[in-house]
Amino acid sequence: MAKFKGAIVVDTEKCKGCGLCVVSCPTAVIELARGVNGKGYHYAHMANPDACIGCSSCGLVCPDTVITVYRAKAS
Amino acid sequence: MTATTEINNIISEENLVYKKTDVLLDNEMHYCPGCTHGVIHKVIAEVIEEMDIQDKTIGVSPVGCSVLAYNYLDIDWQQAAHGRAPALATATSRLMPDKYVFTYQGDGDLASIGCAEIMHACNRGENIVVVFVNNAIYGMTGGQMAPTTLEGQVTATSPYGRDCATTGFPMKMSEIVSLLPGTRFVTRQSAETAGAVRKLKKAIRKGFENTREKKGLSFIEIVGTCSSGWKLSPTQSNEWMKENMFPYYPLGTLKDE
Repeated sequence: MAKFKGAIVVDTEKCKGCGLCVVSCPTAVIELARGVNGKGYHYAHMANPDACIGCSSCGLVCPDTVITVYRAKAS
Repeated sequence: MTATTEINNIISEENLVYKKTDVLLDNEMHYCPGCTHGVIHKVIAEVIEEMDIQDKTIGVSPVGCSVLAYNYLDIDWQQAAHGRAPALATATSRLMPDKYVFTYQGDGDLASIGCAEIMHACNRGENIVVVFVNNAIYGMTGGQMAPTTLEGQVTATSPYGRDCATTGFPMKMSEIVSLLPGTRFVTRQSAETAGAVRKLKKAIRKGFENTREKKGLSFIEIVGTCSSGWKLSPTQSNEWMKENMFPYYPLGTLKDE
């Protein structure tokens, strides 16, 4: 069991669906959604939230800085 | 506790570990999806916030995709004629020596039309930071061949691949300027992984610290991607960059005095 639990919040309207966060995630939490946002992009979302460790790799590589990362000690 | 409530408990102010810096404005960037410019803008903004120099920083934007950089960073900006950013930055830093002046230039701007300006700014050792984004192509105008285009690389103006016999060889700007006595810090970085972004941030911070200590010119080259110009997806572009760009443009610090 991971020591930390994380969560991300994606500004889905600003996301351009480049997918760089998907490949940067070490625990395969993020996927591109089936649906699209107002600009027609498949935005990023947490498809596997239980695996998130809050490492903020996705936030660092996001070119549009739409990802906010939270991390808490696992209870 | 259900998964949703657990996530809602994590999402609170005291657990925040990463958010957009306030130096970046809320304007939506016009860059293509996956463009390295966005990451570099963010890293510069984070360094400015960490060093608390938002009201003392003056950027000089180039001609190219990043011409509109003044829409995204909440600092003072000037916009230079094509390739002339080092000349404008020279004047600014000499007139206002207490400011942190940096130029933000692409490879078409810096290595082609602005080659004379950057050479002489480096040779004079002006007290500025040069952020040089090398994606081996002219991105804004539709993916034409640039001086940094790799041998055999297909672009809009080299449809059979760059032929070095007629168009010369890709220019290694960092290696060239590192030979000039005016430069104090010359490094080549990238921004494709979280680790690379952290290294890039350290390099840019060092550049601004050199400016504060009046050490002279810091030249920071960033090997980046242009997925639209290369006709690849953003993730494929990163792979292509690792396979083809990194062997010719090796990462690392070339000069640190």
